Amino acid sequence: MSAGKVWKYGKDVNTDVILPGRYLDSYEPDYLASHAMEDLDATFSKEVKPGDIVVAETNFGCGSSREQAASCLRYCGVQAVVAKSFARLFYRNAINQGIAVIECPECVDALNKGDEIDLDISTGTIKNLTTGQTVQFKPLPPFIMEIISAGGLVEYMKAKR
Amino acid sequence: MGLTVAEKILKRASGADSIEPGDIVNAKVDVAMSHDNAALVSKVFGEMGFPKVWDADRIIIPIDHRVPANNIKTAEGHKRIREFASAQNITHFYDVREGVCHQIMPEFGHVVPGSLIVGTDSHTTTYGAFGAFSTGIGATEMAAVWATGELWLKVPETFKINLTGQLPDMVFSKDVILNICGDLTAEGANYRAIEYYGEALDAMTVGSRMTITNMSMEMGAKAAIAPADRKVLDYLKDRTSETGEIVTADADATYEKQIEYDVSQLVPKVACPHAVDNVKDVSEVADTPVNQAVLGSCTNGRLEDLKAGAEMLKGKDIHKNVRLIVAPASRQVYLDSMEAGILQKFVKAGGMVINPGCGPCLGAHEGILAAGENCIASTNRNFQGRMGSTESGIYLASPVTVIASAVAGKIVDPREV
Ligand code: SF4
Repeated sequence: MSAGKVWKYGKDVNTDVILPGRYLDSYEPDYLASHAMEDLDATFSKEVKPGDIVVAETNFGCGSSREQAASCLRYCGVQAVVAKSFARLFYRNAINQGIAVIECPECVDALNKGDEIDLDISTGTIKNLTTGQTVQFKPLPPFIMEIISAGGLVEYMKAKR
Repeated sequence: MGLTVAEKILKRASGADSIEPGDIVNAKVDVAMSHDNAALVSKVFGEMGFPKVWDADRIIIPIDHRVPANNIKTAEGHKRIREFASAQNITHFYDVREGVCHQIMPEFGHVVPGSLIVGTDSHTTTYGAFGAFSTGIGATEMAAVWATGELWLKVPETFKINLTGQLPDMVFSKDVILNICGDLTAEGANYRAIEYYGEALDAMTVGSRMTITNMSMEMGAKAAIAPADRKVLDYLKDRTSETGEIVTADADATYEKQIEYDVSQLVPKVACPHAVDNVKDVSEVADTPVNQAVLGSCTNGRLEDLKAGAEMLKGKDIHKNVRLIVAPASRQVYLDSMEAGILQKFVKAGGMVINPGCGPCLGAHEGILAAGENCIASTNRNFQGRMGSTESGIYLASPVTVIASAVAGKIVDPREV
């Protein structure tokens, strides 16, 4: 179980607002983290804490294939993104960066901005500590969990060698 | 419950007992393709620390995007790929001379029905024309594939598209897929597999089907499949000893959407700047001035495309204000069209024939556009600035519309020439 806070957004959150193109010149973690979500929510990168989760409506991460859109969230400590649906490339990139991606419309509806939550990705449970409600989602398969707990695909592969 | 072709291939490749859309499976890939970005993949592969690739026979590396190298940075990348291919004894490494990856993959027999193919290129969907499940992946994940031969995949929902009727004169598979892109939009098939069927599809050559599976990606499709038939087997007969497996959908397979297009009434189409789904009838944009025309690419750079284009010349010269660039999709296409006297026709008419490769399609070199210029191209993408200046415009059309327009100096409906 790990605790955190909810950051909630609307639909079609695209890779350009998750990490604006003007910062793509760098792969430096602190730099990317400091600009995460900048064009959508200027407070995000200043106030986000490790363990927080991003929650959104449909088509999260649409747009380009930039891996930095996922890695900037990871460098902020975001442990999971919960959305009604994801764009294909963001979905892949996020898992490969060690972020849990949870496609679960009911979960999205049960979470509000600022709610405190407890997330258990192994059992597929989100406890909303603010409202007292508990929601379930289909857990990710074991080998995906291994990639996520290793911290991403590169670390996972290194360990597997 | 019945399964679609995509589901059956992923079930076989992952060894899963049952499968349904939304499942994430760990699949064994049959073939892994990387082009110029193999330079990046090999770097990440190095970071992962594996001494040897999983199977030097199943990793295909063609260098095709910026060939021959257009600058020092590219040249260094190509050099790194050559060194990697040699150190790892990659059996199927194709250097800059061979042509566009998606054309040479089937030409050299690396695509067989029923196989699972991944490539570090979005238009990897092309191989679906051979009844394969093929999709684009990122460079980091490809490094993991090189190491283990495995990859996780989410099982997509499938759309079924039925193409009925008979194509009218001067209307081609490119017009069919442009019409579908305009209809379903650029996001319309996001994450979906598309299966194509119907008498119009059956009547097409394998090459014409490749145009359709190639451009399906422009609607966001993860895979696009035309189930293999006799024509596919004939194409592959002398190219590979592997037979693959013809996979057909179950009668009670579940499709998220079923759509039917009667191609009999179709007219020549064009995707206008700057979106692939900004599709109009050619007649609606007739008279738009053209500065450059490109006949080539993995979408429409095959022998049948060059042949149809050359016939459209009808012995006339290219308009004096137009630069016509012809890029055969592969060395084989180059040779075949040279022997058939096709290339001579373009050169005599005032066109330029360049080496096989991607070249102008992605704006790498060999035909960059200036501000205010228009290009009509048989390629698959017209994003703003793709071929040069962000103030230039790209119109996507069939080879025949491209050549008719190159002769006229403005966009024209090929039926009216
Ligand atoms: S020809 Fe164009 S679309 Fe095809 S692989 Fe090359 S750059 Fe990509």
